[in-house]
Amino acid sequence: MLITALSLPEQVALTLSALILLSSFLMLAQTRIDSLINTFALQGVLLFFATVIIAFISGKYDLLISAFLTLALKVIFIPGQLRRLVVRLDIRREIEVIGKPSLIMLFAGGLVLFSYYVALPIRELSLLTTRNTIAISLAVVLIGMLIIISRRKAVAQVVGFMSMENGLFFAAVVSTFGMPMVVELGIAFDVLVAVFLFGVFFFQIRTEIGSLDTDRMNRLTEVEK
Amino acid sequence: MTALACALLSSAFGVLLMSVIGHWRSASRINLGINVVTFGAALFLAVGVFEHGPILSDNKLFYVDAFNVYLILLNAFVGMTTSIFSGPYMAHERELGRVGNKRMRLYHSMFQCFLLTMLIALSTNNLGILWVAIEAATLATVLLVSLYRTHESIEAGWKYFIICGVGISQALFGTILVYFAAAKTVPGHGDGLLWTVLQANAAHMDAGVLALAFVFLLVGYGTKVGLVPLHNWLPDAHSEGPTPMSAILSGLLLNVALYALVRLKMLVDPALGNHLAGSLMMGFALLSFVVAGILLHRQYDVKRMFSYSSIEHMGLMTFAFGMGGPLATFGGLLHMIVHSLTKSAIFVTVGHASHVAGTQVIGKIRGLIRSNPPVGWGLLIGTCAIAGFPPFGVFTSEFLLFTATIKAYPWFVLPLLMGLAVAFAGLFRNVQPMVFGEPPEGQHKVDANMWPVVIHLALVLLLGISIPTFLAQWLNQATIMIVGQGVL
Repeated sequence: MLITALSLPEQVALTLSALILLSSFLMLAQTRIDSLINTFALQGVLLFFATVIIAFISGKYDLLISAFLTLALKVIFIPGQLRRLVVRLDIRREIEVIGKPSLIMLFAGGLVLFSYYVALPIRELSLLTTRNTIAISLAVVLIGMLIIISRRKAVAQVVGFMSMENGLFFAAVVSTFGMPMVVELGIAFDVLVAVFLFGVFFFQIRTEIGSLDTDRMNRLTEVEK
Repeated sequence: MTALACALLSSAFGVLLMSVIGHWRSASRINLGINVVTFGAALFLAVGVFEHGPILSDNKLFYVDAFNVYLILLNAFVGMTTSIFSGPYMAHERELGRVGNKRMRLYHSMFQCFLLTMLIALSTNNLGILWVAIEAATLATVLLVSLYRTHESIEAGWKYFIICGVGISQALFGTILVYFAAAKTVPGHGDGLLWTVLQANAAHMDAGVLALAFVFLLVGYGTKVGLVPLHNWLPDAHSEGPTPMSAILSGLLLNVALYALVRLKMLVDPALGNHLAGSLMMGFALLSFVVAGILLHRQYDVKRMFSYSSIEHMGLMTFAFGMGGPLATFGGLLHMIVHSLTKSAIFVTVGHASHVAGTQVIGKIRGLIRSNPPVGWGLLIGTCAIAGFPPFGVFTSEFLLFTATIKAYPWFVLPLLMGLAVAFAGLFRNVQPMVFGEPPEGQHKVDANMWPVVIHLALVLLLGISIPTFLAQWLNQATIMIVGQGVL
């Protein structure tokens, strides 16, 4: 199937999904905390536009509610909250050294291939709900996980976590045009509470452990030291 | 349905009430009162379902049948008895100065919040809400794990948050895939996540997508069940949080996650027409069972040790449900009850024991039977029960499970028996010096309320000697629902 055979909105939607994946890679490589948060907000914006376009293509206008929920939560509220926390904790300019960045990038590339492989048994349903978009959403989830694994700073791990949530939302949008509204709201509520709890945790970690570096969380072991 | 509404509302009301009551002594009493009301409502609900069959609410959001109603009842019961224990325990913690007034308020409201989410997860008809409720349960307990604000407890809380959060996201991806598969067969947007609708159409759904979905669901809910290799959060969260929370985590949360997994297996099996889901479950279950049994030996913290024992038993139950077949499923359902009751009783005693000795380190808790006979005997008898000694109920359910295994997969009996022996040795090697021997200087008596332990262990004993007819009928109904045929 050639991309030129699709209608213009569909082409835009596919391009946006490619950009969403790209923004995941950007986050993986971003070393400064504030740029990382900005990239996360950018992914939210892309997600918002993709959802709006898909809502118009499919004619399922209740998707627009989810789209604006995303805009409010993932573009405005969560990044804003994170920025505020980062300023209050005074770690805005901190730069995190990522060990073996090129290796991690290659691994992320591998994850994308893996996602495409996993999505193979999914039969094509319509032009939009292709293996392509489902594979991309899975890749975003897995790269989010990789961000959590490869980072040591608690804030970066939270951004990775939220980026996973983005991938899941995208999966729901492209595969089934969103979840039922009650579930959608439930998930949004969970995310909201999670952000709040993360904020509480930052301060707890800061006061008790002294730094937001999770490498220093090493006291719990299987055997007595 | 009114009974369910009562149970949910009383719990929801509890969350609100607990978050405004500043006086912690009255809060702990009211907490108990609310749990008694919830239990009463659950009892009514259970009787209703037992007599009239499954109930579906008008808006199709809630569905209660033989399988989940007994877990709802168990949930409410353990929640109630744990709050009996929680009162004096938390009062002692308050005296030690480990928690302040504000944190007592947090503790009580989160305790109720956790029970509420568990009730919603069990009674909902919507797989999406099921996910939301289980995630919310994580969120409710994460601040409880870090309640003491020590380095270790914050570390445990963060680990719990991240590992469970990441794990459970996989389950959401799986749920989305189920919805995707249902979209092709189920008419009407929005009905595709309803359990009642899905079950009716299970056989027509796309096998490829559902198989993929089940893998994600197994990873996701398996993390919450505590299956190896995603179990790391469990011992940390159990050992660092307040003990009443360990009791309800081990006794309830793990069960609910397993419940979700079994429900989804019921959905996936008819579509796939093979044993893929069951085999996957059996594989991870066996791994968990063996690894947890071995790791039991290495523990220095008594709560960590018993949380490994929980992983081991969850492995055993997952194995039973994975194997399928009426006998194994019946055994698995029974094991859910007896494990919950025994394990929460053990955590209650361990909580008192750690107050007696002033530490959770196994090497420093000694001679409990001398210094504090009820606690010492409680720990010894509880450990006997959990290790699978006859005549306790754990023996009965394990015996049923082994009988089923010998029939279906004779070779698996070998690792199972060896695993049980290894776990048994690990438990007794640590518990024996804790209860017998000479108590060290500095142990003091604590105001221990052993009633929850006595009630739980008496029930487990009763279930081991003879299962009441109505309960057997009830479990049989659930077994018929899950695998299509009963044992009676």
